[in-house]
Amino acid sequence: MSAPVALSSPFAPTAARERWRRIKSAGMTAVLCLCAVAVMAPLFLVIYFLLKEGASSLDWRFFTQLPKPTGELGGGMANAIVGTITLLAMAAAVGVPVGVLGGIYLAEYGSEGANAWIRFAADVLNGVPSIIWGMVVYLLLVVPFKTFSAYAGGVALGLMMIPLVMRTTEEVLVLVPQSYREAALALGIARWKVIVIIVVRTALKGVVTGILIALARVAGETAPLLFTALGNNFWNRNLAEPISALPLQIFAYAISPYDDWHRQAWAGALVLMAMILGLNLLVRLLSNWRNHQ
Amino acid sequence: MPTLSENRPAAAKIQLSPAATQPVPSPAPSGPEDIAFDIRDFSLWYGTRQALHGVTIRIPARQVTAIIGPSGCGKSTFLRALNRMHELTPGTRLAGSLQLFGEDIYGPGIEPTVVRRRVGMVFQKSNPFPTLSIKENVLVGLRLNGVRDPSVLQQRLEESLRLAALWEEVKDVLDRPGISLSGGQQQRLCIARALAVQPEVLLMDEPCSALDPLATAKIEELIQTLREKFTVVIVTHNMQQAARASDRTAFFYMGSLVEFDNTSKMFTNPSNPQTEAYVSGRFG
Repeated sequence: MSAPVALSSPFAPTAARERWRRIKSAGMTAVLCLCAVAVMAPLFLVIYFLLKEGASSLDWRFFTQLPKPTGELGGGMANAIVGTITLLAMAAAVGVPVGVLGGIYLAEYGSEGANAWIRFAADVLNGVPSIIWGMVVYLLLVVPFKTFSAYAGGVALGLMMIPLVMRTTEEVLVLVPQSYREAALALGIARWKVIVIIVVRTALKGVVTGILIALARVAGETAPLLFTALGNNFWNRNLAEPISALPLQIFAYAISPYDDWHRQAWAGALVLMAMILGLNLLVRLLSNWRNHQ
Repeated sequence: MPTLSENRPAAAKIQLSPAATQPVPSPAPSGPEDIAFDIRDFSLWYGTRQALHGVTIRIPARQVTAIIGPSGCGKSTFLRALNRMHELTPGTRLAGSLQLFGEDIYGPGIEPTVVRRRVGMVFQKSNPFPTLSIKENVLVGLRLNGVRDPSVLQQRLEESLRLAALWEEVKDVLDRPGISLSGGQQQRLCIARALAVQPEVLLMDEPCSALDPLATAKIEELIQTLREKFTVVIVTHNMQQAARASDRTAFFYMGSLVEFDNTSKMFTNPSNPQTEAYVSGRFG
């Protein structure tokens, strides 16, 4: 019996089987490819419509002028753009220290049991609907002081940032190899200095990346600002008074009955989207730079 | 396998008077010899698992002491106990006494940071800080311990790098990142970093196991010069290295010190049959 053993094997490919296998392979590849396109498509749709509807209304006035009173054409969103940047700065002032220090606690100090509860709380907080943050801060800072204010808006956004910043900080600190901590401790360096100067510095780009992602996340939030920053049509000269923000202005203009305001809402949405894209690009650049080192 | 239970004393801290006899044969000091570590009946537990069983050993100053033994015999644990690095592992407990030049390093009010400044450490895998330059790596221990004087820093920088036999290779590239050096250079950088804080003792945990033979030879040569100024304790898996580079050798097995003697005697005519079996490669 000298029949070739390989051909009688159940795994031997016949021509028909081989063809069917190729068809299946091509079919599955196409399905996966479609899914990937489906992920990308909404982003391109968003950018396409924003450019189509908003780009024509973007001009110098939009970036430099205040909104015009109802009924007058023209005007811009300068106060809302500055307001959004102001609110983000205040949010960072609240969210970054608490978030980063909380992340350091989780990564370096906390016991297993306590950490599990803190992480759980942070994850629940991440899922709290943003309008609820607005309502809570309304009760804490708007009702007692009897006025909507930039402070209240900044605090609402800052509180939203805390769990995000805390978890990303923890994640990047845990990635710093234990051997660096040991080497530093073996030099007789105090533990807090080891953490601040060796561990956090080693992971600094990751920490900054986490902060930028959190800022991008809250930059477009509207709901928490409705009951806190409120919005206005003028320059904010006092942080204890209402302040405008791009999402608020977009919301106000989009639900108005005027065509001119609708066009400005599109332009505002385009600017807001560009700011958030810019933050994300910055994150990209930072992490590429980190990987190249 | 002979049991070693006769060397395992009770877990309680035992105060021995200076005149007390040694339960384990240590090399008889010939004349008044400097002792760096005077360790008596030292035991250590990780949780409920006992890693060291009543180790009694006197490690001489300004000599190289090699610690050998199979994996898991407690030699790294022992080394880390010498500068309290084992305390980074939660749930450790210890008994017995461990004196460094006559001072109990586990005494009340003794800070681990102070102990570690006196007892430096070099690790198995070289670990220069990735965000720091060569210069900053060497000086980080001084800077973070409060030394600001630029002339002192400059002097200590050159001194430490020369001691680590690295100065000639890096003197023109001091501002390059520490991790840009080769593996052997990185390990010598770590030695320079440890020496910069001017410790009395240098602990080395298998410092050559990740290096090629040439880099290993360099480090062994360096160890020979270090013994003039420092007490060196080196854990090694490499028997030839222990034989070449050390004055004394301690053999650990299953958490106990089996034998401690002059290196030449340990490798040619050990007293304990287990030592003989291990150094001749018949087990472990």
